[in-house]
Amino acid sequence: MKNLLLSINDLSILLPEGSDRQYAVQNADLKLHAGETVCVVGESGSGKSLTARAVMGLLPAPHVRVGSGEIMFGGQDITKVSNERLREMRGSEISMIFQEPMTALNPVMSIGDQIDEIFRYHVSMNKKERVEKSIRLLEDVNLPDPSRIINAYPHELSGGQRQRSMIAMALALGPKILIADEPTTALDVTTQAQILELIKNMQKRLDTGVLFITHDFGVVADIADRVIVMQEGKIVETGTARQVLNKPKHAYTQSLIAAIPRLKPRQARKRSENIVLRTDDISKSFGSGISFFGLGKGGREVKAVQKVNIELRKGETLGIVGESGSGKSTLARCIIKLMESDDGRIELEGVDISKFDRKNMRSHRKRIQMVFQDPFASLNPRSRIGDIISQGPILQGASKEDAHENTRELLDIVGLDPRSFDRFPHEFSGGQRQRIGIARALALKPDILVADEPVSALDVSIQAQILELLDKIRKQMDLSMLFITHDLRVAAQVCDNVAVMQYGQVVETGPTAKLFANPKHEYTKALLAAVPGKDWHFSQVK
Amino acid sequence: MADFWNRYKRNRMAVLGLFIIVLILIMASTASLFYPDDPFRLVGKPLSGPLENGFLLGSDSLGRDVASGIVHGAKTSLLIGLIATLVSIFIGIFFGAFAGYYGGRLDDFLMRVTEIFQTIPSFVFAILLVAIMKPSISSIVIAIAVVSWPGVARLVRGEFLSLKNREFVQACHTLGMGDMSIMLREILPNCLSPIIVIGSLMVATAILIESGLAFLGLGDPNIMSWGFQIGAGRTMLRSAWWVCTFPGIAILVTVLAINLIGEGLNDALNPRLKERQ
Repeated sequence: MKNLLLSINDLSILLPEGSDRQYAVQNADLKLHAGETVCVVGESGSGKSLTARAVMGLLPAPHVRVGSGEIMFGGQDITKVSNERLREMRGSEISMIFQEPMTALNPVMSIGDQIDEIFRYHVSMNKKERVEKSIRLLEDVNLPDPSRIINAYPHELSGGQRQRSMIAMALALGPKILIADEPTTALDVTTQAQILELIKNMQKRLDTGVLFITHDFGVVADIADRVIVMQEGKIVETGTARQVLNKPKHAYTQSLIAAIPRLKPRQARKRSENIVLRTDDISKSFGSGISFFGLGKGGREVKAVQKVNIELRKGETLGIVGESGSGKSTLARCIIKLMESDDGRIELEGVDISKFDRKNMRSHRKRIQMVFQDPFASLNPRSRIGDIISQGPILQGASKEDAHENTRELLDIVGLDPRSFDRFPHEFSGGQRQRIGIARALALKPDILVADEPVSALDVSIQAQILELLDKIRKQMDLSMLFITHDLRVAAQVCDNVAVMQYGQVVETGPTAKLFANPKHEYTKALLAAVPGKDWHFSQVK
Repeated sequence: MADFWNRYKRNRMAVLGLFIIVLILIMASTASLFYPDDPFRLVGKPLSGPLENGFLLGSDSLGRDVASGIVHGAKTSLLIGLIATLVSIFIGIFFGAFAGYYGGRLDDFLMRVTEIFQTIPSFVFAILLVAIMKPSISSIVIAIAVVSWPGVARLVRGEFLSLKNREFVQACHTLGMGDMSIMLREILPNCLSPIIVIGSLMVATAILIESGLAFLGLGDPNIMSWGFQIGAGRTMLRSAWWVCTFPGIAILVTVLAINLIGEGLNDALNPRLKERQ
């Protein structure tokens, strides 16, 4: 065993009084050795991030503070050292990378200046040496053209490039410990794979101990040596990656792993002959507008959707998969007429709705409904649940009594207490809110449901429940579903057929099983290869 | 509601402000009980000092009771402040909501109009309007409303711009809801908190503008107000200090109290901003 870097003993972190529980983290023990990656896994609210922050001395004081226990690093207890010592340690001995590199980087400083800052505070080097060192760092993290990037500002870089710059900054002084707090959650899967690879390589070279916080067991399977599973502030299971992933002992770990969608595609059902929705060469571009009085230069034009043809048959679930910026959400919003498409036809059961204005569209609204991504933004915080769900039928001419009656039934169908009718959205959890969003979409008894990343904002166990619910409803109401997702595991679970989108175009389409087993297009292959934890066979997990 | 009060009372100064305003309201509503006479009536020896000749706060150059004027003037100040604010908030919401919600050409047009109003110094503009319309309660209210709505319009426009792209608003579009219902029932309730806060502060500004107009002799000549009292006493500031001083203190305390309330409302309605401290 290599030398011990960090040892957290019996650590408890207190939450402010009046919170729903007393401790954010309770009696946590954790050890990290040089050259080792320890993954802390848990759902939101499990206390995994606060544990990491405590190591950096970055708890949101005075509300949240260490109650008892110690964090030993280099013979010192971090919970007791002075602020000066903490400052000295941060960045040079322990450094951290965050989930969202856009907010973690200073938007008005160039990348070079931000790296330079670290050198200026911690070591004495002259300007020329510092610049050379910075460029070398950027080379190390495989950024293209480092001498350009050093002068670039964060907004000029892509998400992956920003996270690489963050890693370069974090590793600038060769810290002994790197804390990574969900560093790839905001990134696309292909970029995520590259970043994980980079962290692994850098770790090997510098013999760093990595404390990796994540909610994604796929990432754990790819990167972890040892795994710590947290639930509601307590560590419920610790062990080597192989032990925890393949033979989880604790019931909570077992349920978490069981909830992860399998990458094994479902068997496609028999395809109906009946086409309910068809797009014909639909296109949409943004940003070509002219400014007031024609002054100033026109914006750059982005072709978000280019000549897309899809076909949704009766009763099937068609997946639209792709990374961010591939145009999949724009496509969905054009189909549901939240946006006007520039060109092409959208046929809803044979009727072209692409040119309909809002008045003409109103009578067709009830046939096609949408479930939104963010359960927190998609419900009006000032409306009661019952009103949110029943307003659709009332707008379409149903009587108030009928609509309310129907709403109570729907609440029951989506697994909520019909008594929730008079409550407000903030009284519900994310998963429950998503159920409310689904009930709202179903209230109009649509034929087609467009689901735009309906589970990507949810924890994995909740995700499984929502997917199950969608499947149940689809069967019960004979819905056809357009399912937009970036997650190939989710697509494999729910979709009969899949269309893969890249740069606004559909590059490949076909039955899910066939497409996953034998991808034709380069991009599909790359996407499949980048799925985290793809080599990990859940089926063996008992 | 109880929750709201709990958050409000955490700001001690805001509670003090509310207390002062309640006192002033009581004072204004019971004015005729304590001073049943018309405040314009000449009731005693001119230029008596405070506590002289039966005057609590002295009398002015014509022998009018300063205390009576303050008590009756409170009604004018608060009434004008409230009505003018309500009118300007109404105009502001109308402009802001349409500009923010529809965007494009309409937004450009409405915002350019707003900017024209913003570029004219507001007090000079108010003087001009009152001078044109002849001084009266309604013309003063109109003048104050006309100079103070642009701030509300900008605020409401910003709120509408950010709220109209929220998913819950888009969901209403997919249900086939009309624009008016979306604006009134979905978006507007969600931007009420900042409007209430800015409104409470605008009451204070309105009282100041009214006093300023009355001071310059542009107040309604038939209605007693604090600004009128100060205007009447300004030439004798050195010989009879009490004529200007007490109405001045009344304005100061009222405006301060309203500002404290506004601050407290801001803390209570936007609790997340407060927690940063």
